[in-house]
Amino acid sequence: MISAPAFLSNPERFMAFSRWAAPLFGGLAVLLAITGLWLGFTAPEDYQQGDTVRIMFIHVPAAWLSMFAYFCLGIASFLSLVFRHALADAAAKSAAPLGAGFTALALVTGSLWGRPMWGTWWVWDARLTSVLVLFLFYLAYMALRSALDDETKAARACAILALVGLVNLPVVHWSVNWWNSLHQGVTVFAKGGPKMAPVFLVPLLLMVLAYMAAFGALWLVRIRGEVWRRRADAALSRLART
Amino acid sequence: MMSALEIKELAISRGGRPLFQGLNLNLSAGQACALTGRNGSGKTSLLRAIAGLLSADTGEIGFGEQDPDQARRTEIHLVGHADGLKSGQTARDELAFWTRWSGGNLSSLDSAIDRLDIRRLLDLEVRRLSAGQKRRLALARLLAAPRTLWLLDEPLSPLDSVWRTRFGEMMSDHLGSGGMIVAAIHDPLPIPAQVLEINP
Amino acid sequence: MSLAWELLKRETALSWGRGGGPLVSAGFYLGVATLLPLAAGPEPARLAAVAPGVAWMTLALATLLGLDRLFERDYEDGALDLLTLSPLPLEFVCALKCLGQWLATGLPLALAAPITEIALGGSPTLAPLVLVSALVGGLAFAFASGIGAALSLGARRGGLLTAVIVLPLFTPPVIFGGGALDAFASGLPWSAGFVLLCAYAAAAIALGPLAMAAACRNALS
Repeated sequence: MISAPAFLSNPERFMAFSRWAAPLFGGLAVLLAITGLWLGFTAPEDYQQGDTVRIMFIHVPAAWLSMFAYFCLGIASFLSLVFRHALADAAAKSAAPLGAGFTALALVTGSLWGRPMWGTWWVWDARLTSVLVLFLFYLAYMALRSALDDETKAARACAILALVGLVNLPVVHWSVNWWNSLHQGVTVFAKGGPKMAPVFLVPLLLMVLAYMAAFGALWLVRIRGEVWRRRADAALSRLART
Repeated sequence: MMSALEIKELAISRGGRPLFQGLNLNLSAGQACALTGRNGSGKTSLLRAIAGLLSADTGEIGFGEQDPDQARRTEIHLVGHADGLKSGQTARDELAFWTRWSGGNLSSLDSAIDRLDIRRLLDLEVRRLSAGQKRRLALARLLAAPRTLWLLDEPLSPLDSVWRTRFGEMMSDHLGSGGMIVAAIHDPLPIPAQVLEINP
Repeated sequence: MSLAWELLKRETALSWGRGGGPLVSAGFYLGVATLLPLAAGPEPARLAAVAPGVAWMTLALATLLGLDRLFERDYEDGALDLLTLSPLPLEFVCALKCLGQWLATGLPLALAAPITEIALGGSPTLAPLVLVSALVGGLAFAFASGIGAALSLGARRGGLLTAVIVLPLFTPPVIFGGGALDAFASGLPWSAGFVLLCAYAAAAIALGPLAMAAACRNALS
């Protein structure tokens, strides 16, 4: 999708493309998710974690997508800022709530997983903390978007914020890791990590693909909705002038 | 020194709504232009586009041979709806700062103060002044720091008839010394000027 | 350069007067520090353990006071228009505004930080590091928060929005400064955290004005 911004920058072409691409991605997501979940739930129990290991199939892809969605948001914001392209801005605007949703899912499932595994709902683990900060970034982006009335100005201000976040988030990630290594002893994930058996790895990868396809489908649908909303908006202001 | 203002085929839109297209304006040293048009026609937007504060959809704005960035940094005065004065500061501090900021010196400020008759206001805080008095402070910036192009947005509205006449004289003097003026205005400008009516 | 000096003087004076300036910040700072023993209990051992962290975090929060007016007032009264029509680049103007804000509020708060830390029962040997990291950290906070202030120009509920934008940006400096203080208090090597704090402040000073100027231009357009 993002590999072809030049092709998709024409709104008509984008609408024609997304008309069939969105349901395609959606169907793909359902198929992949059914297969992944079926494989995941028929896999043997983990010898350490028992049945709770299955939360991984929901949690890990959500965590990956939370970052992937921000990456997409950043790219779209960059294109919108540099080329002042309305469709890129619609893409950025549409990606933010999806990213926030995946991030919230990662936080909630992580917390549910943490309860049986670590005996607590929340630990200040490095990864959890940086995902939490990522969530705050999404909230800030959406808050800024909704607080600015002028859409052109909101688009540029939000793009600047997204780029600031793109620079800042790796620093946050790195600093949280640094902080975590300072407070030794809370790293619950086993050092080095147990090698993952194929019975877990295959469903996990399928679920990651399912999440990506779902993100693609929802993103396209949201962008289409945004394009339609703007067309309606333009029609209304034309009406107001006559 | 800026020798001319040339606007070619300018189009500006606000919030997705086109204000005007194909606008042309040529001004050379010593000339003034009065922008007229109904509310919301884009007079303020045009002034802000000349000042480089907002960008046009299409078209060009040139300043003779001078580089546009350089011209905007050193050769343009803008008097907008808001006078740019901080309510808690004294008139003296505000004038002194903005005079230096626009490249003027304190002796030229001194004569500007006399010309706009604001000496007795200098020690008052800006919040104690009336709208007309504040506008006279803002106009004092124009005289205190010599810049070629004056962009004036409804400059006369808070002024009484005496001050409208006097400011007319100040504008004539500015044009006489090779300056240029573009003013958005509802009433006729008290100086000879070409009139540009902005229509959608 | 004399222009820059004029602007810095003016911005510092305006920040000083803006909503009570350093008095309000210091009052807020001491108020939060006073609430801590009331909320967490006055046992000296417990207080001493969290004193450096609280002194540090409260500093970050106090930076948010008056921040929403940093660009907003100039935006409303037309001064921001005039500030762009000058030989100084807008990026430099933004940097000077943040520096003025820091001189008027960050500097007095940094002086109050070691006092707070000691009053809460922290070790006096820690005080010099608290002071120096509050000075450097205050700069990082001022420049990072300027981005939020510039981005929320013209927004509804600008003040609260500024805080929401700025707090994620505060994460790294809070970690670095807090890490340095924590390490020092437990007798571990602390310089790494402090150096990282300085690096973050330098990066914020270098890159923050670019984002601020872009945001101001956007708000003015």
